[in-house]
Amino acid sequence: KPVISTGSEHYFPFNAEWSSKGRELERFQTKSKKTLAKPGVKNIVLVEGVRTPFLLSGTTYADLMPHDLARAALQGLLHKTSLPKDAVDYIIYGTVIQEVKTSNVAREASLGAGFSDKIPSHTVTMACISSNVAMTTGVGLITAGQCDTIVAGGVEFMSDVPIRHSRKMRKTMLALNRAKTLGQRLSLIGSIRMAHLTPELPAVAEFSTAETMGHSADRLAAAFGVTRLEQDEFALRSHTLAKQAQDAGLLSDVISFKVPGRDTVAKDNGIRPSSMEQLAKLKPAFIKPHGTVTAANSSFLTDGASAVLIMSEEKALAMGYKPKAYLRDFVFVSQDPKDQLLLGPAYGTPKVLARAGLTMDDIDVFEFHEAFAGQIMANLKALDSDWFAQTYMGRKVKVGAPAMEKFNLWGGSLSLGHPFGATGCRLVTTVAHRLLKEGGQYGLVAACAAGGQGHAMVIEAYPQ
Amino acid sequence: FDVAVIRMNDPNSKVNTLSVRMQNEIIEVFNEVLANDAVQSAVLISSKPGCFIAGADINMIQACNTSEEVTKLSQEGQKMFERIEKSPKPIVAAINGSCLGGGLEFAIACQYRVATKSKKTVLGTPEVMLGLLPGAGGTQRLPKMVGIPGAFDMMLTGRNIKADKAKKMGLVHQLVDPLGPGLKSPEERTIEYLEEVAIQCARGIVHKKILLTKKKGMMQKVQDYVMGIAFVRQQIYKNVNGKVMKMSKGLYPAPLKIIESVKAGLEQGPDSGYLAEAQNFGKLAMTSESNALIGLYHGQVACKKNRFGVPERPVKNLAILGAGLMGAGIAQVTVDKGIHTVLKDTTVEGLSRGQQQVYKGLNDKIKKKAITSFERDSTLSSLTGQLDYSGFEKADMVIEAVFEDINIKHRVIKEVEAVIPPHCIFATNTSALPIKDIAAASMRPEKVIGMHYFSPVDKMQLLEIITTDKTSKDTTASAVAVGLKQGKVIIVVGDGPGFYTTRCLAPMLAEAVRVLQEGVNPKKLDALTTGFGFPVGAATLADEVGIDVAAHVAEDLGKAFGSRFGGGNVDVLKTMVERGFKGRKSGKGCYVYTPGLKSKDVNPDIDDLLEKFKLTPNPSVSSDSDVQYRLVSRFVNEAVMCLQEGILNGPVEGDIGAVFGLGFPPCLGGPFRFVDTFGADKLVAKMRRYEEVYGNHFTPCQLLLDHAKDSNKRFHK
Repeated sequence: KPVISTGSEHYFPFNAEWSSKGRELERFQTKSKKTLAKPGVKNIVLVEGVRTPFLLSGTTYADLMPHDLARAALQGLLHKTSLPKDAVDYIIYGTVIQEVKTSNVAREASLGAGFSDKIPSHTVTMACISSNVAMTTGVGLITAGQCDTIVAGGVEFMSDVPIRHSRKMRKTMLALNRAKTLGQRLSLIGSIRMAHLTPELPAVAEFSTAETMGHSADRLAAAFGVTRLEQDEFALRSHTLAKQAQDAGLLSDVISFKVPGRDTVAKDNGIRPSSMEQLAKLKPAFIKPHGTVTAANSSFLTDGASAVLIMSEEKALAMGYKPKAYLRDFVFVSQDPKDQLLLGPAYGTPKVLARAGLTMDDIDVFEFHEAFAGQIMANLKALDSDWFAQTYMGRKVKVGAPAMEKFNLWGGSLSLGHPFGATGCRLVTTVAHRLLKEGGQYGLVAACAAGGQGHAMVIEAYPQ
Repeated sequence: FDVAVIRMNDPNSKVNTLSVRMQNEIIEVFNEVLANDAVQSAVLISSKPGCFIAGADINMIQACNTSEEVTKLSQEGQKMFERIEKSPKPIVAAINGSCLGGGLEFAIACQYRVATKSKKTVLGTPEVMLGLLPGAGGTQRLPKMVGIPGAFDMMLTGRNIKADKAKKMGLVHQLVDPLGPGLKSPEERTIEYLEEVAIQCARGIVHKKILLTKKKGMMQKVQDYVMGIAFVRQQIYKNVNGKVMKMSKGLYPAPLKIIESVKAGLEQGPDSGYLAEAQNFGKLAMTSESNALIGLYHGQVACKKNRFGVPERPVKNLAILGAGLMGAGIAQVTVDKGIHTVLKDTTVEGLSRGQQQVYKGLNDKIKKKAITSFERDSTLSSLTGQLDYSGFEKADMVIEAVFEDINIKHRVIKEVEAVIPPHCIFATNTSALPIKDIAAASMRPEKVIGMHYFSPVDKMQLLEIITTDKTSKDTTASAVAVGLKQGKVIIVVGDGPGFYTTRCLAPMLAEAVRVLQEGVNPKKLDALTTGFGFPVGAATLADEVGIDVAAHVAEDLGKAFGSRFGGGNVDVLKTMVERGFKGRKSGKGCYVYTPGLKSKDVNPDIDDLLEKFKLTPNPSVSSDSDVQYRLVSRFVNEAVMCLQEGILNGPVEGDIGAVFGLGFPPCLGGPFRFVDTFGADKLVAKMRRYEEVYGNHFTPCQLLLDHAKDSNKRFHK
């Protein structure tokens, strides 16, 4: 057991009592609301959710293309649900860094996964909450009566990214295309200089502010007075809990995937519980030399894909499915991309709770996207601050921070990995699985995203 | 408690200044730090957001009567900072906000410097702009810290250095990012964070984790070697001296004294260096140039305040008519101040040109890294270009910058008043047309005001606001508030032909034309005026303003003021305009302008033109010096007359307007300061001599005569 300083024992519920049925029952009786079902509004259910193993980029998936990963997730979903290949009304995928050859990756993946070519599919993007948008778009289509059965998902493939020729080179090449005579062509070719050959990498920085996300996270941590120790402790917690969940077989959304030309992959490979001493050795990665965000307390570049099957409750029941959870209220929020880049959860949580008419205490399961340990701690502190609630959110009082014994108990993005476009579905599926496992009623998903945006959703357990 | 934190916060002021009291307190605290065995290091930080130490207390220097007193002040500062420098316990200066002058000298005496990357964090030695030098060890420490060329650049230009640049130069060791919202206000938390990092640094130095002597890179070694050669240093002094002489025409003593002090330290050792610095500081403080520059500094501060109070409603929507150089320039300085700006023109071509000007202005700021491309885009989203009056019903203020023709102005005012809401202010940008004449076409003259901008609007600091008898106080308050937002230094003057600035300039230009007619060529005329301290020569100025504009103004004001405004023949200008010599904009004026070329030659075609209007110079008033005083005395006399007639509110605004709007020599501090320093009696004597030859062009006004009679009478106390 790692050595932990004062006051953080509660982060490590190793001998967890939280899952005892007795406590759960107690909680059930004190809920603000028995259910979030609204008269006249369709119930929408999560039938199933799967994902490929999340791998460090540059490892076993290195030679694939993004749609291959998405295809694997879709096939896994088909396999797990025995869904007829023409029973889906619409397929939506989220992704962030687009492979230019498959810019509508949803379509390429669904065709390749053997879905009927009569099913329309589109791709959405909203940074790290892209698959959240995919899911909520599906929810919207069902609510509007357009569809009954939706497959939503997300994919991210960081082992290969589009690296472009420089703008000058591109301009020359396009001009070459239009050149009519040999002379024109030769003069264009002759105009190419060494500088033209410098490639252009995909931006790691926020376009509006030119600041990298890690840098912003470090400043955010400092703004909320989050210490290096707190961050390392949280990172270690994430890895430790992920390892436990993996070992206990709780990560049942992970499907095994036979990678062409390589082995079958069945497990996430980024989970590495180490020790506080080791974590303390790392140098800050972004703000040097006094920063607190390191490679070990940040999420890593990941390849992976996820998929969920969302249906209207009637349709699911008619098709003989046993739904896992209701997808209830959700919100998207956005704020200043410079100084509040990663505060989406702090803004989204109180808003979605208010929408649903719930309190923090009503929530049994929290799944927050862990971009950086410092970002999570900052969001928790923001949620727990009356001053922040009053000054920046126009609220009279804080909603309070989630109880840690309910929070990201099966690991999170820091340890499981964070394929940008795919994380949202993992969060929702994990909430559903944890509600089933732990016997809770309400779960809450929250995530931050580049651009200073955020998402939060309330999920209700499906009565078993 | 191994690290002592010294927080500076002057309770009586918005900024911290190095006053005698503060110095004493610092010494007291410093002694405590040294005496306390538990303390191993210290952090020096300001509790004021946006200010570390803004500089030494100017009043402290101005209160001295002799150079010896000032030298003593300097030596006390030197001693204090020497103790800091030699402190056995490392002191870390944690800098957030302005760290200027004495503040910078304090910081560089510390062992280590950490600064925030805040936009407000600037380091610099602006003493030269007050005619002084960094007198508390700055001239001695800076060359060692940033190299001789870097130190000269800092001290001779006085420019502000941002945190990033300061780090690159070696002026600060470490940078800290400003923080956003957290559990406290961003400003408060940023200072706290800076303090935390500075404490870490202090500990790091004590525990030898941070080494104060950095390993030198190859480049540094080479540079040090080169600078170690006496011959190279001599060349640098010579070179810098030459540049200073060329730029200042020898009219400003401070830069030369700075070079002298640096040289003394480097060539004869620190004792001589510090002594030279202190003595030179003392000498400079007693110069009229320093007095003039400090006067301008105070004046500028005064002209950055709104003496008309807070306007009833802030201007949130501003419409500008005419997208020419002026209109677009006004848009440029407005749109990035959070004011929604409408730019209206009558043609697509005119509008596009104006919009491009605004875009280019912002884009150039990106190149200088002052803003990001995103900030440019979001700023431009507040600019609407249009050809019609749609949306004018929401305008809080309209500034017209259409062609200078009373009939066009009348048409415009009527058109605009038909569409704007009742509270909307109508401001007219004109350089000479009396505002009351323009307001004659208005249904609500209390809302009409003059706002005279100077071209190029984004570079020229002055805004001359003109009120008529009918202009309401709230209208004035609102115009001043807008001008201040635009970053202007503002003078508010009464109405009349040429207001204040144009009226002062007109007689001087008339005299310049006469000088040309008397056979002085434009190059020589420019040399005489710049030699007196004007940043731009009279002939070049006429070309810049536009010969047509000059002719127009000369004719208009000539009519208004009669023969007193005579001198040169207006027909000289008119003939030039007829021949197409309209100045820089037409490629030819007094000079020929070739695009892409900086140097310019005298327009050969004006020789025969001037020959036609040739006047015979009177040798008794045609020496170089007499020509200079003929030009200047007419300017000054007119300025004094503006005060006498109540056009001007006071001599301070008169000086600021002349220096910032017309380039009156800053070393003279403005026309009123000049009269005080030069002596009204001496000036009147000169004018009388010229009057004998030229008549009423040189008749001194009554107020000037009053001052000449009584030497106790002064414009500035």
